[in-house]
Amino acid sequence: MSRPLLDVSGLTMRFGGLLAVDGVHLSVEPGQIVSMIGPNGAGKTTVFNCLTGFYKPSGGKILFDGREIQGMPGFKVARRGMIRTFQHVRLFKEMTVVENLLVAQHQHMNTNLLAGLFKTPGYRRSEQEALERAAYWLDRVDLHAFANRPANTLAYGQQRRLEIARCMVTQPKLLMLDEPAAGLNPRETDDLKELISELRDQHQITVLLIEHDMKLVMSISDRIVVINQGRPLAAGTPDEIKQNPDVIKAYLGET
Amino acid sequence: MMRANLKPAIISAVVVAVLAGLLLGIRLDQQGTTLSLVGAGPDVYWKIGAAAAFLFFFNLFRDQLSALWKGLPGLPKAPQKLVEVSHKPALRRLFWCFMIAAAIIWPFLSNRGGTDLGTLVLIYVMLGLGLNIVVGLAGLLDLGYVGFYAVGAYGYALMAMYFDVGFWTGLLIAGLLAALFGFLLGFPVLRLRGDYLAIVTLGFGEIIRILLNNMTWLTNGPNGIGGIPKPTLFGLEFSRRASEGMQSFHEFVGISYSSEHRIIFLYLLALLLVLITLFVINRLLRMPIGRAWEALREDEIACRALGINPTAVKLSAFTIGATFAGFAGCFFAARQGFISPESFTFIESAIILAIVVLGGMGSQVGVILAAIIMTILPEMAREFDEYRMLLFGLMMVLMMIWRPQGLLPMSRPHLELRT
Repeated sequence: MSRPLLDVSGLTMRFGGLLAVDGVHLSVEPGQIVSMIGPNGAGKTTVFNCLTGFYKPSGGKILFDGREIQGMPGFKVARRGMIRTFQHVRLFKEMTVVENLLVAQHQHMNTNLLAGLFKTPGYRRSEQEALERAAYWLDRVDLHAFANRPANTLAYGQQRRLEIARCMVTQPKLLMLDEPAAGLNPRETDDLKELISELRDQHQITVLLIEHDMKLVMSISDRIVVINQGRPLAAGTPDEIKQNPDVIKAYLGET
Repeated sequence: MMRANLKPAIISAVVVAVLAGLLLGIRLDQQGTTLSLVGAGPDVYWKIGAAAAFLFFFNLFRDQLSALWKGLPGLPKAPQKLVEVSHKPALRRLFWCFMIAAAIIWPFLSNRGGTDLGTLVLIYVMLGLGLNIVVGLAGLLDLGYVGFYAVGAYGYALMAMYFDVGFWTGLLIAGLLAALFGFLLGFPVLRLRGDYLAIVTLGFGEIIRILLNNMTWLTNGPNGIGGIPKPTLFGLEFSRRASEGMQSFHEFVGISYSSEHRIIFLYLLALLLVLITLFVINRLLRMPIGRAWEALREDEIACRALGINPTAVKLSAFTIGATFAGFAGCFFAARQGFISPESFTFIESAIILAIVVLGGMGSQVGVILAAIIMTILPEMAREFDEYRMLLFGLMMVLMMIWRPQGLLPMSRPHLELRT
């Protein structure tokens, strides 16, 4: 495939006098894991928010799956298959694990009121499919045993895995993870690494990742984009990035 | 410890004595054309003194009292039995069957007044259940719910007046009309959040009432609309003499006329409407839309990131809630036979909201229980008429302290994944 799944050019986001994102270019090929790294406050999450429609970018073009999506409301972007997580866990805490996964499939389900009131066959089928898909992904993230527990009773690492499962049941084209390893212990991070590469290798999911854990980033990324103070600093394979003097300077300071 | 409390204790006692002395102890009396001050009897002063003394000692020993209070075993969490019921489907079904059976038998055991009161309770149950969707499930504070109630009532009354529409057609029209109003109001308003939404809906309720009051050419203004046709049972009327071309119920069945038939019929009709409402809401809860309501209440941003359109989901809650208010309004109009804007003041909204909060947000059994309490208590406490609002406020304060989650907090039907 030649056409990139996501093609961002000249993305700019201005908050009053502050230029949080300035001319960011980004291109994600289908089936790749692309990581975005950069020091704290570099504007990585702002880029995420612009891409997913939570912010209206001040300038630039975002092509997703061949369509321009800049300025589109978040839920529409999500329906096109760009699904994200947040830095903090944002589960529906009072709802059970499996319900979290069902809510996420809202757009794919039969939401016709009358169909639901009279439990038509079509409605039952859609409900059954949703349950099966939820069960499948619960298996993949090892949470099947907790299916009927309220989401807030899960351990932190489990909640993060549930978030990924919740994204996956929406059948995304592009999965965007905002610091998925934050707060995980080394073993959980390893599990996460395996999960993400599994998503790419077995489910042909494209992943865009923001992460601070360099070991994780370097080991799973196909490409890395470095952002510093809202501007793109470098882009390339993990090895290229490791050698890049600008990146080393930005991360370690002048030496 | 006691000395520290002495000053506030004295102050509060003096405040009580002065305020109560002025408010209760002295009366203005009209004598001919002049007004004169008349002191109340000694018993009133005794009561004021007792109240002041009580407050004095209460404040003086409040630390000891609160220590005692904490030492007490906590209040029973929730009626244990009911909580268990919700966990056992068979028991739960039995419980509901029993409730419904009791509700059906009620008018035959009770007298006319009791049946009438029952009908009133059922109207409030319906309103409470409808508002429960908006406030309890979708988490949108709606202070103008009575507006939709009025739309339903007036919708039917006007239809009957101008187009001679019968009750059943009117019921449908009233529901649709209220839904339309809910939709139209919701469209611009639901982008607002929390407090702003509450204020706008409050305004909506008032606007509807003021419009009804002032559009005299259409609604007859404050004089109201009378002669609204009563509900019929498959074309059978509940009157001594049927109007032309109609048949009356007692003639058809062949029993002698009794005015109680109509009261009982109205009660059973209200019960039917409530049962339909309950059925629909229970289904909605288990449907994608019900889950989306709850998800939206918990985390709107996460919903958007998952492709759920928040405005559409809120709008559905608002519209469905309004529809039930429309049904209730139509029934109310048909039962009363006469409506005027006075029936749709803000206090009605407040009472319905109180029912939802008292019952436990989102809980249906809770709402039913609260509707019963809120309707029957004022009836029972008629002697304390003047203190009704006071008691009402007191009850609310106590509820917020002890059971902020309501009488019977919601236990939503959770979907189980069989392993």
